[in-house]
Amino acid sequence: MSHRPQGLGEEGDRSGRRPSRKPAPKAEGVTGRCGGPAGQEWAKGSPRPDSPQRKQVEHKRHREELGKQKRSTARRTREGRKKKNGKASLKEQRASPKKEKEVPKKEMWKQLKKRRSPSLASSASAGESLSEEELARILEQVEEKKKLITHMRNKPWPMAKKLTELREAQEFVEKYEGALGKGKGKRLYAYRMLMTKKWIKFKRDFDNFKTQCIPWEMKIKDIESHFGSSVASYFIFLRWMYGVNLVLFGLIFGLVIIPEVLMGMPYGSIPRKTVPRAEEERAMDFSVLWDFEGYIKYSALFYGYYNDQRTIGWLRYRLPMAYFMVGVSVFGYSLMIVIRSMASNTQGGTSEGEGDNFTFSFKMFTSWDYLIGNSETADNKYVSITTSFKESIVDEQESNKEENIHLTRFLRVLANFLIICCLCGSGYLIYFVVKRSQEFSKMQNVSWYERNEVEIVMSLLGMFCPPLFETIAALENYHPRIGLKWQLGRIFALFLGNLYTFLLALMDDVHLKLSNEEKIKNITHWTLFNYYNSSGWNESVPRPPLHPADVPRGSCWETAVGIEFVRLTVSDMLVTYITILVGDFLRACFVRFMNYCWCWDLEAGFPSYAEFDISGNVLGLIFNQGMIWMGSFYAPGLVGINVLRLLTSMYFQCWAVMSSNVPHERVFKASRSNNFYMGLLLLVLFLSLLPVAYTIMSLPPSFDCGPFSGKNRMYDVIQETVENDFPTFLGKIFAFIANPGLIIPAILLMFLAIYYLNSVSKTLSRANAQLRKKIQALREVEKSHKSVKGRATARDSEDTAKGSSKNATKAGTMPHSASQSQTLGKKAQGPGTSSSASGTMLPASSHLPISRPAGIRPDPGHAGPQTHPGRSASRKSAQRPPH
Amino acid sequence: MELFYRYQDLAPQLVPLDYTSCPDVKVPYELIGTMPELKDNPFRLRIAQVFSEDGDGHMTLNNFLDMFSVMSEMAPRDLKAYYAFKIYDFNNDDYICMWDLEQTVTKLTRGELSAEEVSLVCEKVLDEADGDHDGRLSLEDFQNMILRAPDFLSTFHIRI
Repeated sequence: MSHRPQGLGEEGDRSGRRPSRKPAPKAEGVTGRCGGPAGQEWAKGSPRPDSPQRKQVEHKRHREELGKQKRSTARRTREGRKKKNGKASLKEQRASPKKEKEVPKKEMWKQLKKRRSPSLASSASAGESLSEEELARILEQVEEKKKLITHMRNKPWPMAKKLTELREAQEFVEKYEGALGKGKGKRLYAYRMLMTKKWIKFKRDFDNFKTQCIPWEMKIKDIESHFGSSVASYFIFLRWMYGVNLVLFGLIFGLVIIPEVLMGMPYGSIPRKTVPRAEEERAMDFSVLWDFEGYIKYSALFYGYYNDQRTIGWLRYRLPMAYFMVGVSVFGYSLMIVIRSMASNTQGGTSEGEGDNFTFSFKMFTSWDYLIGNSETADNKYVSITTSFKESIVDEQESNKEENIHLTRFLRVLANFLIICCLCGSGYLIYFVVKRSQEFSKMQNVSWYERNEVEIVMSLLGMFCPPLFETIAALENYHPRIGLKWQLGRIFALFLGNLYTFLLALMDDVHLKLSNEEKIKNITHWTLFNYYNSSGWNESVPRPPLHPADVPRGSCWETAVGIEFVRLTVSDMLVTYITILVGDFLRACFVRFMNYCWCWDLEAGFPSYAEFDISGNVLGLIFNQGMIWMGSFYAPGLVGINVLRLLTSMYFQCWAVMSSNVPHERVFKASRSNNFYMGLLLLVLFLSLLPVAYTIMSLPPSFDCGPFSGKNRMYDVIQETVENDFPTFLGKIFAFIANPGLIIPAILLMFLAIYYLNSVSKTLSRANAQLRKKIQALREVEKSHKSVKGRATARDSEDTAKGSSKNATKAGTMPHSASQSQTLGKKAQGPGTSSSASGTMLPASSHLPISRPAGIRPDPGHAGPQTHPGRSASRKSAQRPPH
Repeated sequence: MELFYRYQDLAPQLVPLDYTSCPDVKVPYELIGTMPELKDNPFRLRIAQVFSEDGDGHMTLNNFLDMFSVMSEMAPRDLKAYYAFKIYDFNNDDYICMWDLEQTVTKLTRGELSAEEVSLVCEKVLDEADGDHDGRLSLEDFQNMILRAPDFLSTFHIRI
């Protein structure tokens, strides 16, 4: 501490003007005087007992101790380079030529010095110049000093002390580093250091950039701070979904739509790319386009537009093959990404488990983000911290509540019974209605209601069942987070019914069209045949081919299915937006402005503001995604529409939530790993994979539209490619692989692998749990230990501890001032007891940390000094497992 | 260097350009606390006090540099934990006691929690982190706890 004013002066020196190197002569003089610290550090740096120079080292150290006081004046030589190591190395680099000149002089000085002092001379007697050994030692020392420089930050010293120490070390390093490396190597070294620094900085900047690039992060944080993490989890899910759809969109757009538009036959060249004559005049009307008929139907957005040419364009792009592969890879990618994110979520969940012990402490001490430098963000942060505290309190109270378990259980069983009844009833209703509608579809002149009965019933069910479920769920009295999951599961079951009817209706339609197809095919042939044959009167001049719009064509069930999905998506989107606009925004406006002239309090009373409906929104999103997955094979443009939809709904819902919703009454924390959503998504993905796989595998494609027309099945395109484009032996290999004799063992092998991995993971998790238990037990032991000790020594060590800790903080050198104070207290307290004996004895027995407390507890009065070493040892062993 | 100019900007009338001549200039807390990096921090007073020499929040350039070196993201976590402990130790008795905890919660939530909630939270914290059951957190307890916190390092720093 005595150097402080000096350090300050130097600090000023450093910062006041641009740091410049002192002239060489002075540095040289300093070197002479400062040979000392070098020796000292060197002695510290190589404390190998086997080294022959040990004795001399001792000598030297002694000598240096004496010279130390003088050296303090020599410290103010080099400019302080505190933390700008990057700059420092740059300067070093720049200065290196100068320094190289200095080096020989330094060496001379050193030699001289060594000759002068007998002990040093003997040490250097190995040779006139520096021997290898010595070089190695100096190198070690330099490393040591460098380590000191790099670890300087780690020490809780005040700046002045750091500065002096740092200067000393740097000076040393600078002096001897030159002696070690050759000029070129040194420069290279400095250069490399510089590059590493630059690289680290670049990486950091890049990371910052990456976090900035996460879209909507601020919006979501904003929402999270106002509405809690459960609402934010919906938006995070929405964002994730957007990312997935963007990838799918890129895949489909890049590999199917763009090649078709660029290289395929233009519009109007062949029948499938032309609007039929009958529809032509209305094909541009908005009402037709709105139904995705007319020109939109005959565009690259739908399956029917694609031609069955094997290759298109000058690139000989195999479009049908690409179409099929993209269709398959859309599912492959989605499956992979869903499963991968589920896996990473579970991984995050397990590592998070350890922190459960300190929920409140972490919240208290690490929740404030010191980076916040914006008052608005700070406001949000305050709100969010308060919310998170409330969440935790709710959790805590939930876990503490243990009242009347029987009643709760009974109510829950009752609620589940009621809900199962509801689900069965609605299932039957749907079934009944679908049956009826099939009858109606055969009859002529049915009324409007009878035609739309299915849709009406479905939307009524969708409107009334979720609130009903919610009311019933209130009986159960679950924690809101679990309640949300139940609610989601129940509505999911309801929606499945919706999906089922939709698919059933669609399948019927498809089968109808397929049965008509044969007829139309004949008609087409016949028409063409007639057309060409009727021109018999002038056979030398071939008649112009029939205009594509006039060719009769089949119904193209694939396009019909695609249109159905697109319509559904768009209408779903519109319904969602209108619901938000009317149900949330207008209601909020009404409540807000009519409250002044109303007979009761609207904000607190009946209508009040809407809460954000998490379960409904999540399920809507998931089912919508199911539609996309199912429809994207038949309507490649559907994913593009969905990307737009998600983008708009992100902004729209963010705005709606912030403007017109209120937070839930019980704010609760979403489970960090939203694996529940992912599980639902996976289920929906699987369910939507089934019908698509069914149509690909077992329905014949239409004869006159789509990339697979003319083939018996859609997957024939693979066979065709293999046969025509690959060498024959590859074809054989494929045929061999497709053999069931090979597939079944492969599946068996996979099952075995799954079983094996599953059992391994179970074992590991069990071991993990056991370890955790052990740690817990150790902590308990430690606690009881400490409490025993604390009671015993509290009164004795209080005064000494205070004094010593004050000392420690004043000196500012001891990070473990508390532990130091304890040891001090121990020394002050028990000179008469067997503290020294126990000190030597306990390390031997410290490998039995658990057996200690049993021996100690009987004599708590005496235990004070004795427990210290044992406790520290046990803590060490307790801390070892987590590291 | 940058820091020095920042420091000087805080109080141009107090800090001369040539710092060598009068090294003992102090910048009062009122000016330190208005730095954009600190002005929204609920613990700014504590930070200034911890890093200032005599605990009054007035800082010399050295203290100032100290503060930002500890708060920089390169500082090791042990060091950060040590200073974090000092920051949360409101009454400077080297223990975080109930009163300190209450202060912390109140500052963090701007007093929006009710008294029972605050005391509940404080009790929970003591229950979780107090290793020796003496009703207060020692530095050891604190380090033990904070070094396991996943986002301590990411939140406990100030970028300048």
